[in-house]
Amino acid sequence: MRHVISVLVQDHPRVLNRITGLFARRGFNLESLAVGTTHVPGLSRISLVVSGDDHTLEQVEKQLNRLIEVLKVTDHSEPHVERELALVKVHVAGVEERLAVKDIQEAFRARVVDVAQKSLILELTGDSKKVDSFIEALRPYGILEVMRTGAVAMSRGERTLKVREKREAV
Amino acid sequence: MKGSEALLKALEREGVEVIFGHPGGAIMPTYDALYDSKIRHILVRHEQGGIHAATAYARASGRVGVVMATSGPGALNLVTGLADAFMDSTPVVAITGNVPRALIGTDAFQEADVTGVTMPITKHNYLVQEVNDIPRVVREAFHIASTGRPGPVLIDIPKDVQLAEFTGTFDVELDLPGYKPTTKGHPKQIERALDALEKAERPILMVGGGAQHAHGELLAFAERTGIPVITTLMGLGAFPGNHPLWLGMPGMHGTVAANRAIHHADVILAIGLRFDDRVTGKVSRFAPHAHTIIHVDIDPAEIGKVVRTHVPIVGDAKLVLRELLKGAKPLKLAAWWRELEEWRTRYPLRWKPRPHLQSQEVIRAFHEATGGQAIVTTGVGQHQMFAAQFFPVSRPRSFITSGGLGTMGVGLPFAIGAKVARPEELVIDFDGDGSFQMTLQELATLVKYKLDVKVVILNNGYLGMVRQWQDLFHAKRYSEVYLADSNPDFARLAEAYGIKGVKVERKEDLMKGVEAVLSADGPVVAEFKVYHEEGVFPMIPAGGAAEDMILEHPAEREEVEA
Ligand SMILES: Cc1ncc(C[n+]2csc(CCOP(=O)(O)OP(=O)(O)O)c2C)c(N)n1
Repeated sequence: MRHVISVLVQDHPRVLNRITGLFARRGFNLESLAVGTTHVPGLSRISLVVSGDDHTLEQVEKQLNRLIEVLKVTDHSEPHVERELALVKVHVAGVEERLAVKDIQEAFRARVVDVAQKSLILELTGDSKKVDSFIEALRPYGILEVMRTGAVAMSRGERTLKVREKREAV
Repeated sequence: MKGSEALLKALEREGVEVIFGHPGGAIMPTYDALYDSKIRHILVRHEQGGIHAATAYARASGRVGVVMATSGPGALNLVTGLADAFMDSTPVVAITGNVPRALIGTDAFQEADVTGVTMPITKHNYLVQEVNDIPRVVREAFHIASTGRPGPVLIDIPKDVQLAEFTGTFDVELDLPGYKPTTKGHPKQIERALDALEKAERPILMVGGGAQHAHGELLAFAERTGIPVITTLMGLGAFPGNHPLWLGMPGMHGTVAANRAIHHADVILAIGLRFDDRVTGKVSRFAPHAHTIIHVDIDPAEIGKVVRTHVPIVGDAKLVLRELLKGAKPLKLAAWWRELEEWRTRYPLRWKPRPHLQSQEVIRAFHEATGGQAIVTTGVGQHQMFAAQFFPVSRPRSFITSGGLGTMGVGLPFAIGAKVARPEELVIDFDGDGSFQMTLQELATLVKYKLDVKVVILNNGYLGMVRQWQDLFHAKRYSEVYLADSNPDFARLAEAYGIKGVKVERKEDLMKGVEAVLSADGPVVAEFKVYHEEGVFPMIPAGGAAEDMILEHPAEREEVEA
């Protein structure tokens, strides 16, 4: 099963190293990782996409929690918003292709962010499935480059990833 | 004050009395400051010796062990020992020098990315970039190493930081928002545990290294309930090895009684152990009749990691046992004990007597001669298992061995660390001829500090444990395990260091040899030439289960049953 996990960490040097090292060492399957700062100075938030069975996921969470710089780990099993940003550079040989690509762009509500003689860069945000479909739709035209950020996620509603006083027991 | 002086002051404030270490360029400012410090330094001959000694110091004393090394090669020589301490949850702080900040990342002389290398084998590590951070980092390192699930923490300090002028404060508050170990067990779960135990017909208590500090509570709990107790290799001594409730060690070379008890148990209370594969064998066949497994551990990640747990209790063994003790009642276990007693008397640990001198009888002889009153350290191999089987210790922190990593060469440096921690105790290192030769240079450390350690080498002329596996599982193809053609004369080797050497080759000289070792005033290296083809039994082959236990070498089985 695919899981999206959010991790709140102190943004010390090497903290990412610790996290990726943990995944490598314990044989957890890490599909993507996205990191950015938060509104609190010194705290960063990481979104991980991981696949595995319940036992593996339980271990992923527990092992992440063991890291000294990890403040909080949430597996987004509840309703959540998930987004990924993709930049796709696609080959456009002539006017016909350009129009066809434009149709796709509109259908997906993507944006054109760069126009060149023989290529376009399109920007899309959406959940990972939407990005997948977008790329598939563009594939026949000749994709030159794809850059995806990996999924980021946030729980809907009241649930937040704020720091608790005590670490949860099991 | 320089950074190096601030470092030592911070260490003093943590109560550090002794540091094991080896100097070098990048740590020289700290060694310079050490020259004026109250802290005692034990100069080892190899950094691996230093980290193992610090580990045993911690294990024997219950305090944090400290080791120091220079950058690059010095620090990297700590790697095996850090991994060893990590696997066996031992509180150690390792301090390493690094090249000056400006040279970090340039492949400078003696530079290695030590924090990178040690990340997976330390509980946490630091690269100190700011001189004024030193007190905070030291404070945190000791706190992290010694609380929660203990473990090694490394502090890497660039040389220029050691030399920089310190203008900070030593009164630092601990601020580790992501580190708040749970020490008190959840009352609901404790209630459930007591409930399950009360209804149990065949309960057992399994105890690991995480309960070494809880021996008093453990004893009280076991005696109150009458539950049979099994201690893992790391748990040896946490419960007295001479107590009628004790069934011995479980697992690959455990006792029949302990393994059968696990196999037939309906409720298992496991405290401070991590269900290592040497203990469980094949997990799917482990404890097949246990409908309730209660697992007490301070590390939540250990609970449910290997075996399914029905009652998880995150907490410190001592505190949880205190809570359990409040509700503990005497259990009616007469029928269960009849079964256990039968197994225990029918299958005691024993060996097949031979005309040759045997490791088991050497160890037994030392046990008898000392009344079991010693701190035992071991190398890794057959002799380690024999020591665990035939030198049952009755006090906590007195069997110090490499459990999780199985590191050959720990015996002598472990003995050094234990002796420094508890100088009033008799310290015996039961070592193998192979294991001993991995760190024998530390004999020099014994000499330098006049450490009265008794090294007993059980010389079978082989890498015995590997030979045993080749015997049983590789059709006796003894690939690269023969040592006797090139072993030194260990007694003469000792004498070259100015240490008393003893050599015993014949069975009839055993007692004389034991006497010579124990009566010597000062360190001894004794070589006992033991039967070269001995095997450790009972044995559950790797990946097997309790039912697959073999009691004797297959070729000798008939005689045993007769
Ligand atoms: C550093 C290290 N290298 C290799 C091994 C694998 N190993 C385990 S036991 C053993 C043989 C140990 O021989 P010895 O110390 O002579 O003890 P014996 O088994 O003969 O009692 C070996 C090679 C190990 N545990 N540690």
